[in-house]
Amino acid sequence: MKISKTVKIACASGLGVLLIGAGASAKGLEYKDVADMLHAVMESDRTVYTRKVVNRLAVKEKVIKASEHHDDEKTLPLPAQMFRFGAEMVAEKTDKFTYSLLSVWPINKQNAPRTDLEKKGLEFVAANKGQNFYGEESLGGKKYFTAVYADTAVAKACVSCHNEHKDTPRTDFKMGDVMGGVVIRIPMAE
Amino acid sequence: MGRNATFWTIWLIATLAGGAVLVAGMVYGGKSRASLLIGETTSGHHQIELACNACHSKPFGSKDDMQNACMGCHGEDLKVSKDSHPKKKFTDPRNADRLEKLAATECITCHTEHRPEITHSMGVTLPTDYCALCHEDVGKNRPSHKGLSFSTCADAGCHNYHDNRALYEDFLEKHATQADLAATPVVALKADPPEVESERPPITQLDAADAPAAHRGDNKVASDWLATAHAKSGVNCSGCHAVGAKSADEVAAKWIAKPDHAACKTCHQMEVKTFTQGRHGMRLADGLLAETNGLFGMFKDKPLSPMSPELARLPMQSKAADKTLTCTTCHAAHAFNTAKAEVDACMSCHDDDHTKAYIGSPHHRLLQAEQAGTGAKGSGVSCATCHMPRETHEDPETYEERLLVTHNQNANLRPNEKMIRSVCMSCHGLGFSIDALADRSLVDRNFTGRPSVRVESIQWVMNRLKEREGKADAPEAD
Repeated sequence: MKISKTVKIACASGLGVLLIGAGASAKGLEYKDVADMLHAVMESDRTVYTRKVVNRLAVKEKVIKASEHHDDEKTLPLPAQMFRFGAEMVAEKTDKFTYSLLSVWPINKQNAPRTDLEKKGLEFVAANKGQNFYGEESLGGKKYFTAVYADTAVAKACVSCHNEHKDTPRTDFKMGDVMGGVVIRIPMAE
Repeated sequence: MGRNATFWTIWLIATLAGGAVLVAGMVYGGKSRASLLIGETTSGHHQIELACNACHSKPFGSKDDMQNACMGCHGEDLKVSKDSHPKKKFTDPRNADRLEKLAATECITCHTEHRPEITHSMGVTLPTDYCALCHEDVGKNRPSHKGLSFSTCADAGCHNYHDNRALYEDFLEKHATQADLAATPVVALKADPPEVESERPPITQLDAADAPAAHRGDNKVASDWLATAHAKSGVNCSGCHAVGAKSADEVAAKWIAKPDHAACKTCHQMEVKTFTQGRHGMRLADGLLAETNGLFGMFKDKPLSPMSPELARLPMQSKAADKTLTCTTCHAAHAFNTAKAEVDACMSCHDDDHTKAYIGSPHHRLLQAEQAGTGAKGSGVSCATCHMPRETHEDPETYEERLLVTHNQNANLRPNEKMIRSVCMSCHGLGFSIDALADRSLVDRNFTGRPSVRVESIQWVMNRLKEREGKADAPEAD
């Protein structure tokens, strides 16, 4: 089931202009397309970091470790942290979109779903492998287009760390399991 | 003109004139400004309360302007502190409902200035149980926290809103078993010398002094200088008294009899920067004006005067009341004796219990032993060891590290748990440090005795660990 209700973004023609990146054309892009594009970049960058940096140097070459308290321990940030730091930096740069990494089984309880749509979306992507979730929600009096993408265990370290962490609420993750989701929000033109 | 008309004319003129004086005071400064303060300023800001522009950067500034003013002074410290609750964590729309309850994206939500009646520790003006607004269900994941009052989160030595570098759970676990005192309790020794553009040969002869004849001090001045690191690193009289002068004529023309922090800053940038961030030097920070240019020259840009003990809210000795605080107040020119600056200078002004109890305290006895040669190098603990510690400063671009004395003596006291990692743990275990800093009476006795306060945080972490291990060992139920 696809719950998307895409809305055209008016572009350059005056009202509530939302120009995102070089991909915006004269006809404008659909919120869904923008969210999918952003997610493609996010997912690829994180996968590159996981495979080419963390896995290669920590697992294969064993020249450095990756750990949660990387500053104190002089190690690499975990891929999930690298992702979060990016999201926080984006939050400082623009209010045109926000993103976060959430889960119904979060290690940090602040990363549990908070809105009804987040909960619905995370449950949907966990139950429907290969499908994304799209919806609209009102938060703080503003309307948002919200997209949820499954976040899957792509490396052994994802599984072992989440299963063994003392704050984890779930200890039976396996490779390929959906562990959570990336939530992207775009404020909608009024 | 009737009597009534005369009266009202005079009344109008007097009102307008009085109003004009007050408005001028508000906008440009001057004597009327103090009377315009709308409520006692917090202890952190009272020194600069007459430089209204420090916070109210524009006459009708927005909330963003105010926020920028806060971050202008406090932003760097928050970043270094790995602020646990930075603005960027709250701007996500998923937190919109929380922001409605508590606008955590703005400093003034929790730190409202000029409201003494609701201001408590650390300048917080919210009711002290504010953590509950977002963490009301903490007991669910932390059974040890069930039933605890939310007003104890931040005042029991366990958590801070901003700086938790020495208090986060894994840090507590990692250092849980540390002994009260380390096997070799010593602190970092000498700070790195200032970075200079070009190395100069050391000056070893008195007659190499380049002060013009008219400004020569007595022999003690010259011999004091010759014995310093200044002379040894080729800094002549003109290095401080005529910064940048290249010839004898220029030295004479540029000569300043009493150079201030601006001259010191030529070489000691970090020291002066941190000095003007702390309570000793904050009044000298750039851009703080008691009066600003305006009204056809009636007002002129006038920086605040240096801090003086008579302006302090902490107990000070009456004989020190009229001293003014610049670099040379503690580092007496021309000897620049750091040994005197690290204890004697402090004790010549401060008059509180903690200061008075230093003499004869265990830390003081260690300093005496080091000075007498019976204690190891770095084992002495002076006032400066803790309040102006030598800290590693990292260049954000090159990652080059330099060991420098931070001159913001307040940086690690807001709150005092900030001292744990950078100072206490050089010699003491984490648990001992947390307990000692939470014991106000022990602080007043300058750490003579043992902590009578027991902060449970480490014990709770260990209990949780044990429970988890117990669960892991237990055979799985069918």
